[in-house]
Amino acid sequence: MSLNQRLPRSEPANEEAVVPRRGRGTELLLLIFAVGISTFAYINVDLGALGEVPADAMAYLGGFFAVSCIAHIVIRIRAPYADPVILPIVVTLCGLGLAMIHRLDIADDTSHATTQLTWMLVGVALFLAVLFFIRDHRILARYPYLMGLTGLILLILPLMPVIGHSIRGAQIWIRVGGMSFQPNEAAKIVLTIAFAGFLVQTRDALALAGRRFLGIDLPRARDLGPILIVWVTALGILTVQNDVGPSVLLFGSFVLLIYIATERISWIILGLMLIGFGIYAAYNVVSHVRERFDLWLDPFIDPTGQLAQSLFGLAYGGTIGTGLGQGHPDMIPIAESDFIGAALGEELGLAGLAAVILLYALLVSRGLRASLVLRDPFGKLLAAGLASGLLLQVFVVLGGVTRLIPMSGLTTPFLALGGSSLVMNWVLVALLIRLSDAARRPAPTDTPSFADDAATQVVRVT
Amino acid sequence: MSELTLTVIRLGFLAVLWLLVLSVTSAMRADLFGVRPPKPPKQSRAAARQSKQPKGGKGLPSKIVIVEGPDTGRGVPLQGAPVTFGRGDECTLPLADEYISTQHARLRFHEGQWYVEDLGSTNGTYVGNERLTRSTPVNVKSRFRLGKTVVELRK
Repeated sequence: MSLNQRLPRSEPANEEAVVPRRGRGTELLLLIFAVGISTFAYINVDLGALGEVPADAMAYLGGFFAVSCIAHIVIRIRAPYADPVILPIVVTLCGLGLAMIHRLDIADDTSHATTQLTWMLVGVALFLAVLFFIRDHRILARYPYLMGLTGLILLILPLMPVIGHSIRGAQIWIRVGGMSFQPNEAAKIVLTIAFAGFLVQTRDALALAGRRFLGIDLPRARDLGPILIVWVTALGILTVQNDVGPSVLLFGSFVLLIYIATERISWIILGLMLIGFGIYAAYNVVSHVRERFDLWLDPFIDPTGQLAQSLFGLAYGGTIGTGLGQGHPDMIPIAESDFIGAALGEELGLAGLAAVILLYALLVSRGLRASLVLRDPFGKLLAAGLASGLLLQVFVVLGGVTRLIPMSGLTTPFLALGGSSLVMNWVLVALLIRLSDAARRPAPTDTPSFADDAATQVVRVT
Repeated sequence: MSELTLTVIRLGFLAVLWLLVLSVTSAMRADLFGVRPPKPPKQSRAAARQSKQPKGGKGLPSKIVIVEGPDTGRGVPLQGAPVTFGRGDECTLPLADEYISTQHARLRFHEGQWYVEDLGSTNGTYVGNERLTRSTPVNVKSRFRLGKTVVELRK
């Protein structure tokens, strides 16, 4: 019925045989591998596009390695049981993204790669800060209402008169002192924490109380109320901002979280029905959405030809790609942010893009694994929420780029150019590392022999 | 830069990328299939003699298995250290049974004999039909019940 009661059954009967290894050595090895691949990609770009090894290749290697090592050492100190594959996957994705942005820089004569590198350093700094200051993820569960409010404020910020800022028709930026930032990236994480916190408190009521309607258990309004208010407000704000992607993401991870919390399949059905209804309504009411649909059905009516160029690029890349630096990904308008998946698909081919997608899948699976193993319900929900948010985001972006679904403005995590997205995804990874550390840390097995004296128990605040 | 070199580099890059994916997967294998538990840390001789269960001691149980209740099939080996049962996370064997207290009962090894004792639980611990009031010796095939869960000691 509840999450922690499911745990024993999801584990194999010979549970005692599985002793988690810290895996810090494995992590270091994989990290060296990841840094090597990133540098390889960087050199390969210059070799392909300019025919020479970049002069700063060694500096790039050294810098990347130093940054990864600092992250690794901090994990060793602060989260010694963390999952060993999360950091290497993230470093690889960042390295591939940087190489591809550098490649587009060469073609367009811009210098986005330097900006991106700077943002990556900021991201790693925040990553370290999260690991240092959040010693136990359960403190995040203390203030779900405050978290929800913060998330909403973050979403509203771009609509404020002075700091709000609109780029390409989407009012999702704030500009303070010459720096632009997309607060909805931060809101994504904060709202996931808030939802997880709410649901821990109310999931039993959500699953059990309420009446049945059309074979679906509808919960009581007072149980669902707070979440529903936050969620509807969030969606409303996003619609006003003319930004479809985050609303899809928010809705999707919300439905998945509530499904995970209550274990009722009816939520998925309800969610799919609402999505269908929402899409139909949006198509008829919001011109922006209708436009996206038309472009999806007929990419050639777009004067910029973004989606069409992306498809041409993917086709030109074929199975094994044109090779880094040797395709024409710069023909896709703004390839470095929304369409970086297509640029990678062109130069690395199906084989390369599949590997990238697999890396994402592995990252998500590590999050879900942490969620399965974690012993406290809040941690379980948070890990599952963060992982499924990442999963949805990758699906929505790459699905849009490959014309599986209509394009909706979301960034490809870690790959795409964009400081806010990169920084916030590093924070998300820090949380996943913290959660996986808690999950894999061995439970205290040897109970103290004076257990009889411990008549008053410490009630854990979850 | 010749065409051939570039092709080799291109294929090489894809190969390395996939190699990374495979190494990550193989690093995860341990989580799926488990690894052998590490050898217990060496204790001092005296401590070992007191707490350690003699190897192959005649008639001594070597593990416990849950035979009834929501956790049926789970178990832990008995190695001499006390085993606690309950719904709390800090128990050696956390159980999902709703009729069990946070810290319900404990198995303890003392001078060559395992004892089960109740830790002041709400619903009590039973051997047969008798509710435990003090430490009770248990042996191989003994069963005791806490909540809806029945635990059996096995060799």
